[in-house]
Amino acid sequence: MKHVANWGLNIAALRGASYADVRVVAQWSRALTTKNGKVGSASDAESVGMSVRALADGAWGFAASAELGRGAVEATAAQAVEIARASARVKQEDVRLAPEKPAVAEWSTPYKIDPFTVSVEQNIELLLKIDAELRSVAGITLAETNLNFNREEQWFVSSEGADIHQTKLSTGAGYAAYAFAGNEIQKRSYPNSYGGQWQNKGYELIDDLKLVENARRIAEEAVALHRADQCPEGKFDVILDSSQLGLQIHESVGHPIELDRVLGMEANFAGTSFLTLDKLRTLRYGSDLVNVVADARQEHGPGLGTFGFDDEGVAAQCTPIITNGLFTGYLSSRETAHTIGENRSGGTLRAEGWNRLPMIRMTNISLLPGEKPLSLEQLIAATDHGILMQTNRSWSIDDKRYNFQFGCEIGWEIKNGKCVRMVKNPSYSGITTEFWNSLDAICSRDAWILWGTPNCGKGQPQQVMGTGHGAAPSRFRGVRVGSAFKNN
Amino acid sequence: MSSPRNTEYEETARTDLMLTQNEAGEIFNRIQKLSTADEVEVLFSGGRFSLTRFANNTIHQNVAEENHVVSVRTVFGGRTARAFTNKFDEESLRQVVRSAESLARVQHPDPDLLPMPDSSEASGRTGESPVSTRTVPSRHFEGTAGITPELRAEGVRKIVAVAERHKLTAAGVFSSGESVEGIFNSRGLSRWHTQTSAEISITMIGADSSGWQKANSPDVGNLDPLALAEVAARKALDSARPREIPAGKCTVILEPAAVLDIVGFMFWDYSGMAILDQRSFLSGRIGTKLFGDNITIWDDVAHPLQVGSPFDGEGVQRQRVALVESGIVKRVVYARATAERMKRSEYKDKVGPIEATGHGFALPNEMGEMPLNIVFAPIGDPQSLEQMIASTERGVLVTRLWYIREVEPFEKMLTGMTRDGTFLVENGRVQGGVRNFRFNESLIHMLSNVEAMSAPVRSCGEESFDMVVPAMKVNDFNFTEVTKF
Repeated sequence: MKHVANWGLNIAALRGASYADVRVVAQWSRALTTKNGKVGSASDAESVGMSVRALADGAWGFAASAELGRGAVEATAAQAVEIARASARVKQEDVRLAPEKPAVAEWSTPYKIDPFTVSVEQNIELLLKIDAELRSVAGITLAETNLNFNREEQWFVSSEGADIHQTKLSTGAGYAAYAFAGNEIQKRSYPNSYGGQWQNKGYELIDDLKLVENARRIAEEAVALHRADQCPEGKFDVILDSSQLGLQIHESVGHPIELDRVLGMEANFAGTSFLTLDKLRTLRYGSDLVNVVADARQEHGPGLGTFGFDDEGVAAQCTPIITNGLFTGYLSSRETAHTIGENRSGGTLRAEGWNRLPMIRMTNISLLPGEKPLSLEQLIAATDHGILMQTNRSWSIDDKRYNFQFGCEIGWEIKNGKCVRMVKNPSYSGITTEFWNSLDAICSRDAWILWGTPNCGKGQPQQVMGTGHGAAPSRFRGVRVGSAFKNN
Repeated sequence: MSSPRNTEYEETARTDLMLTQNEAGEIFNRIQKLSTADEVEVLFSGGRFSLTRFANNTIHQNVAEENHVVSVRTVFGGRTARAFTNKFDEESLRQVVRSAESLARVQHPDPDLLPMPDSSEASGRTGESPVSTRTVPSRHFEGTAGITPELRAEGVRKIVAVAERHKLTAAGVFSSGESVEGIFNSRGLSRWHTQTSAEISITMIGADSSGWQKANSPDVGNLDPLALAEVAARKALDSARPREIPAGKCTVILEPAAVLDIVGFMFWDYSGMAILDQRSFLSGRIGTKLFGDNITIWDDVAHPLQVGSPFDGEGVQRQRVALVESGIVKRVVYARATAERMKRSEYKDKVGPIEATGHGFALPNEMGEMPLNIVFAPIGDPQSLEQMIASTERGVLVTRLWYIREVEPFEKMLTGMTRDGTFLVENGRVQGGVRNFRFNESLIHMLSNVEAMSAPVRSCGEESFDMVVPAMKVNDFNFTEVTKF
C-alpha cells in the first residue's frame, strides 16, 4: 500500500503542498446481537480507502476516496491541495507544526486469540446461553446481548519521511436485562452499560469477563429494583464503582483537557472548556489523591486508547494530566503543541477511519489507583453513611464541562460500614473541580479496571472513537444526590 | 423557508462520481448471480460530502470525501444476515456475498422473517387499508451539488466579517453533499432516491456569552449565511454579562431547535417493536390522552419541509401516519414483520391500527422501526416568538439545548443543559442573558403544558434528527441547577 500513499504524496508536492500525509486504511468489523432468545442482527463489514491531508498557503485541506487506483488517488491529493488553498482565504495566521522525527515502524495490538477466527456458531451459542440465563429470572421482560470485533490496518506515510504500518484489534461484549412492571422500566447491564466492556485485545477478553457466570445476578437485580426504595435526595458521601468512575473521568477530565476544545476549535458543536491556558500548573483540579494520566502506551494496558503511533505519526506517550491534584497537562497535537509552550505533540491525533480528518482524541485517560491496599469492601466498611452507585444509566455535562449530572442503574445505601438497602434511580450532580476536590479515598490496584468507551462522539462531521479509562472505586464527600428527581 | 432564494451557488454539479440507478442495477445482477441464497437483497448508499469548518474566525478544517457502500442480505430457509463493503470489484463482491451467506447459514431459523416484498407490496398497492402517501418532491438540486470549496469559503468569509464587525469570534460549519440510497431484491423490487444537502451552523462567541443559529436544506438557495450570522451575533451581544438567577420551575419559551432536540427523544418509542419489547413509554398508553389538546404530530416524508427517501429499509413506501391527535396517542409505526407479530400479540386490540407503514430499518436489526419525518401540525392561533415574549410576565427564553439524556424511561424524564443564548424575560421583554440551566423534565409533563406555539418550521439541532416543529411557550418547566457561565 505504500506505493498508493506515495502517488498521493507526489501529487500533493507537485501542487505545492508544504506538508502532506496519506493514510490508507482498511477496517473490518463483526457485530452479533441477540434479543429475547433470537439472533437480533448478524453482520460483517469492511471499509477500505485513503485520504490526503495537505498544508498549502499555510492552511489545511483534506480529501478522501474509496478508490485506490492511481488516477483516483492523484485526483484526491490534488483536491486536498485545492481545498487547502480555499481554506487559506479565511485565516488569521499560518498553521505551525511542532517538529517530529519521522518514524519508520511496524506496530500491532498484542493478542492471544484472533476473534475473527472464532466461529459465528460458537459466538451465537454463547450469547444465547447468556440470554437464557437472563430470561430464566421471573420478571425479566427484555434481554439483549452483544459481541463486537474490529480490526484496523493503516499505512501512514508523510512528506517528511514517516512510514508507519499499524494494525489494531479490539473486542467488545456485554448484555442488559430489562424489567417492565406497573409504570416502571428498570435495567441492569454487565459488565457495563451501552455495549459492555471493550478493550484492544483478542477473544481472550471474552473469557476474562465471566459473562455467563454473572447473568443471573444481573437479572435478579433488575427485577429487585422494582421493590427498592427511591434513592434519597440530599448531600451524601458517594462511592462510585470503577465503570461509573471511568465515565466520570471521560466527561469531566478527558474532554476538558482536549487542547482543540480549549482553543475554541470545537466551539460550534462539542463546546469549549473551562480549562483555559492560564490554569495549566495553577489550578487545583482535585484533592491530593488525584493523579490522572493520558497514557497511550501498551504498558498502560489494552485500552481503546492504546496504540503505537497516532494518526499524524507521533509515538504513543504518557502525559501527566493531574499530579497530586494539580492540573499539569493537556492532550495536544503537532498543530496545537506550541500554544502550551511544548515543542512536541502529545501524540493524540486520531481519526475514525480513512474518510475522516484526524483530531485530538482521548487516549487512555486514567485515574491512578491508591497506593495503600484498599478493596471496595474495605472502603464501604470505612464509610458511615453514603450511597454506592454502580453502572451508568444517564450522563450529561455542560459545554464547558463544569456542571454534570449522572444517573446509575443501581445504588446501595451504606450505614455504619454496611450496605443496608438497595435504592433505585440513583443520581448525583456537581461542578467538576468541586467534585474532584471532594475525593478522599481510592481503592488500590487490585480493584483498578481499564474500561473501554467505544462511542465517544466529537467533530463535524461527527467521528466516533474508542477511548480508555482506568479507575478503581473511589469515595467523594458531600455530593449532591437525587436533584434529578426533585420536583418530578 | 420564507427568505428569498439565494442564487449565488447555482453552478453545474460534477455527476461522474455518483453511482447511478442503472449502475447499481448491474451490480445487483452480478451479486444475484454470485449468490446461492433463496432470496437476495442489496442496499446501496453513499455519495460525496464536503464540509468547511471554521473557528476563531479561521477555516481550520476543510474536508471532502467520496464513498459508496453496498450491503448484501441473504436468506436461507428463514435464516438471514448482512455483509457490507465499499469495494465494487468482482472479488470484493464475491467476498461480500460469501460473508452474508456464511453468516446467514449458521443462524437459527427466524419464524417471524417474512419473504422479501415485491414491487407491488412495497408500493402499498396490495395493502388491506388505503395507503396514506403523497408524492415526494425532488430533493436533488444542481446548485447544491455544485458547491465548491471556494464558494463555501466565501460564505464563511461573510460570516466572519459579521463576527469581526461585532467584535465577536465565529465558529461553525458550511457543508454540502449529494447522496444516493437504493434497494434491489430478488423479487424484482428496485427503488432509488437521490438527494442533495447543505447546512450552515454558526456560533458567535463574546467575552462571556455566545449565540447560535443553524439551518439546512436540500437546496442551498434556501440558506442565507449573512442572516444566520446576524441573528447568532445578536444573541451573543444580547446575552453578554449574564446574571445568575435561581433554578426552579418556570415558564420557558423554547425556540424550534430547542423543541426538536428534546422531543426527539420520544420517537424511538413510537415503534411497534418497542411496544412488543415493553421498552416504550407508550406501553398501555396508546389511545389515551397523554399530552395537551394543542399537540398533533404526524410522520410525513412527503411534507415540503422534510427530507429523506420515500421508502424504508425493505423498500416499502413510507406512509403518512398520525401519531398524536389533539394530545391523544393514536398509533405507532411498523416494519412488515413487526406488524405481523403485533397482530398475533396480546397487545393487538390496544395499539390502534396495525399495518406495515414503511418505517422499518434495514434487516436484520433489533429495533424494528421508527418515525423519522416528524411534523408538528400547525394550530389555529399560532404566535410569533415576539408575541410569546410579550405575553410573558417572567420566564426564560432558550435558544438551544445540549447533552440531553434520558433519566427515567417511562415518564420520559430527560436532563440536559441550555446553551448559546439563554435570556431572562420579564414584563413582556427580554431583559438580558442569564447563566445556563440544567433541566430535569418529563416530556409528558412538558407537552401537557404548552401554552402557545408558533407556526412549525424546518429546524435542526445537535441532539435529535431534523423535524418540522414550532417554538413553544411551556409552563412549569423544571430547571434544577445553574452552571457557572
